[in-house]
Amino acid sequence: MLEIRIHGRGGQGNVVAAYLLAAAAFEVNRYGQAFPNFGAERRGAPVVAFVRLADQPIRRRCQVRSPAFLIVQDEALLHVPGVLDGLQAGGGVLVNSNHSSEQLNAQMQTNNLIGLPATPLAQQILGRPVPNTALLAAFLALTDMLPQEALSKALSHRFKGAVLERNLQLINVAASQVPAGQWKTTETVAEAE
Amino acid sequence: MLQALEGSQAIARTVALCRPQVVSAYPITPQTHIVENISKLVADGQFNCEFISVESEFSAASVALGAAMAGSRAYTASASQGILLMAEVLYNIAGMRVPLVMTCANRAISAPLSIWNDQQDSMAVRDAGWIQLYCADNQEAVDTTIQAYRIAERTELPVMVCMDGFTLTHTLEGIDVPEQQQVDDFLPPYHFQRALDPRNPTSIGTLLSPDFYPEARHSHHQALLNAAAEIIAADQDWGAVCGRSYGGLLKVIGAADAEIAIICLGSVLGTLEAALSEMQPQRPVKLIHLRTFRPFPAEALRQVCAGLSDVIVLERAIAPGSGGIVGLEVVAALSQLDRVPRVHNCAAGLGGRDIPMEILPQLLSMIDDEDRSFRIIDVDVSKLPIEDR
Repeated sequence: MLEIRIHGRGGQGNVVAAYLLAAAAFEVNRYGQAFPNFGAERRGAPVVAFVRLADQPIRRRCQVRSPAFLIVQDEALLHVPGVLDGLQAGGGVLVNSNHSSEQLNAQMQTNNLIGLPATPLAQQILGRPVPNTALLAAFLALTDMLPQEALSKALSHRFKGAVLERNLQLINVAASQVPAGQWKTTETVAEAE
Repeated sequence: MLQALEGSQAIARTVALCRPQVVSAYPITPQTHIVENISKLVADGQFNCEFISVESEFSAASVALGAAMAGSRAYTASASQGILLMAEVLYNIAGMRVPLVMTCANRAISAPLSIWNDQQDSMAVRDAGWIQLYCADNQEAVDTTIQAYRIAERTELPVMVCMDGFTLTHTLEGIDVPEQQQVDDFLPPYHFQRALDPRNPTSIGTLLSPDFYPEARHSHHQALLNAAAEIIAADQDWGAVCGRSYGGLLKVIGAADAEIAIICLGSVLGTLEAALSEMQPQRPVKLIHLRTFRPFPAEALRQVCAGLSDVIVLERAIAPGSGGIVGLEVVAALSQLDRVPRVHNCAAGLGGRDIPMEILPQLLSMIDDEDRSFRIIDVDVSKLPIEDR
């Protein structure tokens, strides 16, 4: 079982990102579970959502304390206490940032951050600064956890028409902007394969 | 077929499959997405019912009551303060023996204000005379909602389907929403024998003098006790349709030879199950999911607890000034056994505090504790004023 934590700000589609990732798992006959850690909901406030992916039904419902990966939708959150807590050794952090991965790692004195300029990409292709789907596509490209088609299908259940088309375009572009398979491990790939 | 659905969305679709003619709701906090999704289904023409937005939870329950008394299949949902505001009507619904189904998306009660999950709300109305069924996961909530209509209509008692707020209602997971035909076959159109009819006027819920009041209470109590058979039958019969059943009154998981059992209600079961298979405690442990809290399944509980050395009751609510709520009823039920297990009673996860996997060893450690008084097991003592430690 793989556990992922998504950090963002209210209005960035944090919960939707978690739901899409878990929903994508079912498209390839794996299991997913996603839930938010709600607080007093308001735009701009730091929010957290949790995702689990597995080859068997997922029974536990506790929060994810030691995620294998983090997705951070706003790089300023890297400096908020608790955001990087519990990340497993060797775990990766995908960050929505206009800085390069090298710059981010130098700044944070780490080597496990990967940056993606998801907001400008979304602004350019969707016409709205919503970074969540671009980050998911990049995350799947990095981990090989699920095929991109699974995300496309999950998107097609949630969106229609032009919004869907632009999102499909966006995830194609985003997936190509990160080193494919860099975070791939035996655990990220389905046992069935 | 498994679909990736948020719990609230799955319940909304399931309610639509049950074809209530009237749904009433007060659509703001602490309401969940359940009625929001129902209103969308109605607006999109996918669910034909009269959706009535009312001005309070008191009215939501009152409208459901009136609709059911007029012969409709009716539904409403609420949580937390909403349940408290409904309380007077909930007692009336039960006392008038109105077949009605509602979902309680379990949440904490203020003050202090909390929007998060525990089971204080449904426990606050445990004696309103409703059947109360607690669901361990969203699939069980879907299946139990369908079963609830049959139970309500056959027993002429209202059924409260309790599912943990957020932990279930806001969790997306794989859920099989049954086919319309399956539900139609299980729930044929309902004819309420005592429906109000202007051509044949009757009065219900009227003043009852001391000459008859105790008899009315006795009959209501007896009806709830008798409902156990219908709860078991509904679970079995629906299981035959969809292949899933939940143990009827209660479900036992884990080692048959265990001398230790943990009793819980609701979604914490899944975390305990995962902890049990991952941590493999030295002494075998079984889990008892108390799916049915009203009627209290005392006899079924005695059967699965006979021969046990220790029973740990994990609550998601408390009776301030007393302690456990479920624990007391477990003690009362088990006191009739020849060899009474030691009962250890605690609460956890109040007001949405996360219940981690480590809850399992923490619960099991209570067995060796000489002090068997009730406690909230996950209190952080350092946060308490000195005098409360």
